Amino acid sequence: MLDSNIKKVLLLGSGALKIGEAGEFDYSGSQALKALKEEGIETVLINPNIATVQTSEGVADKIYFLPVTPFFVEKVIQKEKPQGILLAFGGQTALNCGVALYQQKILEKYHVKVLGTPVQAIIDTEDRELFVKKLDEIDVKTIKSHACETIEEARKAAADLGYPVIIRAAYALGGLGSGFCDNEEELNKLAEKAFSFSPQVLVEKSLKGWKEIEYEVVRDRFDNCITVCNMENFDPLGIHTGESIVIAPSQTLTNSEYHKLRALAIKIIRHIGIVGECNVQYAFDPESEDYRVIEVNARLSRSSALASKATGYPLAFVAAKLGLGYGLFDLKNSVTKTTSAFFEPALDYVVCKIPRWDLGKFRGVDRELGSSMKSVGEVMAIGRTFEEAIQKGLRMIGQGLHGFVGNHELAIDDVDAALKAPTDKRVLVVEKALHSGYTVDQIHDLTKIDKWFLYKLQNILNTYVELQKKGAIQNVDTELMRRAKVQGFTDFQISRAVGLEAMIDPEIATKLVRELRKQMGILPVVKQIDTLAAEYPAQTNYLYLTYSGVAHDITYENDRNSIIVLGSGAYRIGSSVEFDWCGVQALNTIRKNGFRSVMINYNPETVSTDYDMCDRLYFDELTFERVMDIIELENPHGVIVSTGGQIPNNLAMRLDSERVPILGTSAKSIDNAEDRDKFSAMCDRIGVDQPAWAALTSMDDINQFIEKVGFPVLVRPSYVLSGAAMNVCSNQDELERFLQLAANISKKHPVVVSKFHEHNKEIEMDAVAKDGEIIAYAISEHIEFAGVHSGDATIQFPPQKIYVETVRQIKKVSKKIAKELNISGPFNIQFLAEQNHLRVIECNLRASRSFPFVSKVLKLNLIELATKIMLGLPFERPEKNLFDLDYVGIKASQFSFNRLQKADPVLGVDMASTGEVGCIGDDTASALLCAMLSVGHRIPKKGVLLSTGPGKQKADMLRAAQQLIEHGYQLYATGGTSRYLEENGIKNTLVHWPSEEGAQPQALDLLHSHDIDMVVNVPKNLSVGELTNGYKIRRAAIDLNIPLITNSRLASAFIDAFCTKSLDDIEIKAWSEF
Amino acid sequence: MRNVTLLLEDGTAFHGQSFGYEKPVAGEVVFNTAMMGYPESLTDPSYAGQMMVLTYPLVGNYGVPPFSIEQNGIATFMESEKIHAEAIIVSDYSTAYSHWNAKESLADWLKREQVPGITGIDTRHLTKVLREHGVMMGKILFDDEPDNIPSAQYEGVNYIAKVSCKEVTRYGEGQGKKVVLVDCGVKNNIIRCLLKRGVEVIRVPWNYDFNELEFDGLFLANGPGDPDTAIDAVKNIKKFLDAEKEKGKVRPCMGICMGNQLLAKAAGATIYKLKYGHRSHNQPVQQVGTKRCFITSQNHGYAVDSKTLPSDWEPLFVNMNDGSNEGIRHTKLPWFSAQFHPEAASGPVDTEFLFDDFVKLL
Repeated sequence: MLDSNIKKVLLLGSGALKIGEAGEFDYSGSQALKALKEEGIETVLINPNIATVQTSEGVADKIYFLPVTPFFVEKVIQKEKPQGILLAFGGQTALNCGVALYQQKILEKYHVKVLGTPVQAIIDTEDRELFVKKLDEIDVKTIKSHACETIEEARKAAADLGYPVIIRAAYALGGLGSGFCDNEEELNKLAEKAFSFSPQVLVEKSLKGWKEIEYEVVRDRFDNCITVCNMENFDPLGIHTGESIVIAPSQTLTNSEYHKLRALAIKIIRHIGIVGECNVQYAFDPESEDYRVIEVNARLSRSSALASKATGYPLAFVAAKLGLGYGLFDLKNSVTKTTSAFFEPALDYVVCKIPRWDLGKFRGVDRELGSSMKSVGEVMAIGRTFEEAIQKGLRMIGQGLHGFVGNHELAIDDVDAALKAPTDKRVLVVEKALHSGYTVDQIHDLTKIDKWFLYKLQNILNTYVELQKKGAIQNVDTELMRRAKVQGFTDFQISRAVGLEAMIDPEIATKLVRELRKQMGILPVVKQIDTLAAEYPAQTNYLYLTYSGVAHDITYENDRNSIIVLGSGAYRIGSSVEFDWCGVQALNTIRKNGFRSVMINYNPETVSTDYDMCDRLYFDELTFERVMDIIELENPHGVIVSTGGQIPNNLAMRLDSERVPILGTSAKSIDNAEDRDKFSAMCDRIGVDQPAWAALTSMDDINQFIEKVGFPVLVRPSYVLSGAAMNVCSNQDELERFLQLAANISKKHPVVVSKFHEHNKEIEMDAVAKDGEIIAYAISEHIEFAGVHSGDATIQFPPQKIYVETVRQIKKVSKKIAKELNISGPFNIQFLAEQNHLRVIECNLRASRSFPFVSKVLKLNLIELATKIMLGLPFERPEKNLFDLDYVGIKASQFSFNRLQKADPVLGVDMASTGEVGCIGDDTASALLCAMLSVGHRIPKKGVLLSTGPGKQKADMLRAAQQLIEHGYQLYATGGTSRYLEENGIKNTLVHWPSEEGAQPQALDLLHSHDIDMVVNVPKNLSVGELTNGYKIRRAAIDLNIPLITNSRLASAFIDAFCTKSLDDIEIKAWSEF
Repeated sequence: MRNVTLLLEDGTAFHGQSFGYEKPVAGEVVFNTAMMGYPESLTDPSYAGQMMVLTYPLVGNYGVPPFSIEQNGIATFMESEKIHAEAIIVSDYSTAYSHWNAKESLADWLKREQVPGITGIDTRHLTKVLREHGVMMGKILFDDEPDNIPSAQYEGVNYIAKVSCKEVTRYGEGQGKKVVLVDCGVKNNIIRCLLKRGVEVIRVPWNYDFNELEFDGLFLANGPGDPDTAIDAVKNIKKFLDAEKEKGKVRPCMGICMGNQLLAKAAGATIYKLKYGHRSHNQPVQQVGTKRCFITSQNHGYAVDSKTLPSDWEPLFVNMNDGSNEGIRHTKLPWFSAQFHPEAASGPVDTEFLFDDFVKLL
């Protein structure tokens, strides 16, 4: 079957996590690499995303941390000479790169064969016009769209179709640059933006209100086809599927509808000629069997990752094998291990995917959901009733919800309007409406959500109301208690409904309900996901818990040999693939050392939720209640809470109080580091300096504190009204405006104010300790000065520009802290360095975001070491020293502002990036260039716009400006900057702010004409004029897809890098070659 | 909802609530892993004598379509004139339904047709019990009534005789070639699939000697129960096969499900009972000697023992999961059959081309 000429295969990854392209591609790439490895094929991976599992040792034979662009891929092809290439496993990034390589005949030149779906088939699905033509050939209905190359054409097409219309940019990921237009004015705006992303813009008739249904289809080269899963969107068409709650399998389709769409999907995949996997999206009329095909993704997608997790069918793994030439009949079902991979999974549970948004982090962002994706992560909940699944899911997204009911009431003035214009709060609005007496029919009319879903939500509310009516927990009978649990209520929700939680400590109230419930014999059961609905026995332990059942599917050994690792939950800003890497490394170490590895996590985009990665996977909640349920069943040797980020870390104290054996650093120590007061007291005791801070409850107190420490200060409200949660305020005016805008100060909601030290270096210490002694460490340095969140900062490792004295101090202070907290396991300390004076910002007794980065640059797996220590196993003391490295790693952040309409793309103390890359180079310039290009920057060709903010920053940029001139760039600068450059003898063209109406030339015009192809805009302060002017420039840069840098130190470093180093100078080296 | 108990013959009990017609009932308990299609499955005559357990937990979501009858006498949406299953057993019955074509709820329909339905059952665990033990007889009992119904008998009972039509009916008279359809419990969609292809269908009772009729091809339908009880049908088919062999132009024959088993028996092969049968929409079959594979809809408890096929017959399809027979064909003559359901309804429609193959042979 196999093409024996294929001995080495290149796989393209998807780069940094961004909105629309996230962890799902780490999962699909890892699966594909595993499939190739099994065949003895040598694998080469290009992916600059250093935090992924696929870029770990042993997953691919050779790993290049390079941008996934034709330039770099060609260089790698030249060097590695692979016979085959896989394009379908790295999202739109890999696909676009692959199409470019094909069109530029690079693949042909080096005789590289595209495995799986042929490139022509990809082009046929990506180019709308070709796509429609292709489906017309087989009489399959599509949404007729008019491909337009100019705005005039777009206007005409829209007029012909009649408004409302939808606009999309061709070849763009996740609906980038797309949206609905109700009139010509809206069309003009949107079309211009879309054209900046793509030369082709599509205008289509809108089918708002139709159902949205997806099928995942697989085809082998012998024309055998299966549909692995279908999915139905809770939200009707009009809301991007990435923004929608998605249910698998479909719930409201009859047999005839299901199979009509299924048969069409197969007809399409055959006609297009996919070999591997693809996804077909339909719009489906809720009043007949009429349909339209929305799109076909000729690659693994977010939906395919979801479908894999929802069914247990490893789509990416199978697709890779099919690409090598296998037939589906050659492969086995990887869950049963006995039956064929040619089959369609039968589910005996319902799956609910819910997106996670972080819109609250962005100033000015448009919160309305539409045809473009804004969510940053997702969760998948499994249940045996819809009510159970959706309530689990709402808790999993980690935004403080207790389920569908029992939450803080949402304040909405106009429920009708809120139902009509869905935002990220959509489900809560439905709850509010039901609660205030709207009927299912009324809500359906306003939202077009299928009534079936609304009836189910009504069921949940009815049970809540019934519990409320009982008035006290002792009045709740077994029948009602069971019904509530079957409908996914937590013990907390029940305690709140009956009024118990309001009377006593919520934790105690919850515990009381739990005990009572157990007395009633109401306990969850563990069920297996087995792909065949129990028809054949499963050989894997892919598990979930439910109250709809009478028996467990597995038996417990009670040998105390299980180690439970708590996962990191939904990807969000601040916690994503890096913790998945940490979790997977912990699992690997546990397994290798003869323990039973157990994972609890619920994020379908991850590798840690691949049932192959551990001995038992509980795809379930990380709430205290559920974790305790599992611990009671597993009776583990221990639980690891330090590799999954903040969610497990926050559970440590409560688990400890239940006498759960927590491995590594004690829960008490974790609390001592997490609790601000306790940590400060400790720092004082051991003589470690911290920026001055205080938790304050009135404006007077705040003013008094500032009088003492002086501006600027960092203000962190504990209760946020709107907008960003943290801010730096440099004067009284800013302080008052921010607090008015953003915070509610009271005894109950104190504001933490701390001294903000300007122009300080920020330094990170990632380390592993045993019994308070540091065993291994990595010190890394931010390129930006303090003030940019560590998750947004550009980080160099090893540090390039800190004093030896500073390093000595860091080691000293870290040693003291490690000893004092008696750390065993991973930890991270963030420092500020003012010359050689160090202050500690915070200390986390868990793995940090930078663990995979420093581990891979250092080539020392810190998590493996930490896990061994936590398990009490012998370990080797690493000999490696970071100062011996003769290369540099640069970690750069990926922003997704282009997805977040209207959001101000400025960086601050609150994190805004959605992902990161890490590149290694022989020198800083090479590494920085690779990293910056990997996160979407481009080396400018024509002009650079500088508006460099306050004096100090202006001075910082002087040398860079000089370099740009020397390299023939045209410099444009706004008022103050222009003057400053002039004074320093640097030639530039003065351009005007948007507020300077009539003055020419206008900065915005030059952006629109693309005379400027890089923008450096450093915001000066929070004054209104500055904000509007700067905002308009920054936003225009983002909307017109012009690279933007808002930090002078990063801008200088980047400009220096591309002025001193050309891309051709960068030596193409695999990770192993450094 | 009244509390009920599903009692299996080995004594295992499952507790739930009644949402259908309230009467105790007994039958063979079988599981079906299809995720949709309850109106089609309930009206499939092959479920006669059986209590259908659905492994997919959420049932009733889209209600029940109207029981309208087309001009040709065939129901628009259903597979026969009534519910044939003895009962339906689910995990989470959806009292509220939503669909543009729904006329009533599943509960109302069950009540109208006097068929019990129970919910709140851990149908996954029940399925595992059936998988390990094999299909079992069982009873649905109301907790507030004594167990006063006799146990049911399945094996050896001629269910075909119970569900087959009693007289000859012609559909699409004069529209083309004539196909005799032996009704062992035929699903409407087999008739629809034939009519759609422009043939005249002569539907005859299971034991009718069609050899006297004038026709161009023979079609053997699906049906419930034990094939060994359909002695008359096998006799008539054998008569047909023997007579045709002597002819110059041999008339084609196709069978589905029970039809596959009866054809195999007429050819001389034997049948055995599977431990728990195949009832689902996701059964993979491979055409023997090719790389062609199909996802099929299935509903059968018995299978042809391929080893017992005479030398002029061969397996046509094989089940890719357990290797059991999924169809046979004559090595030279235009006779073939499928154990699965190419007419689907419910289930995937990937093998409907078999009807084309048959009609082309006429």
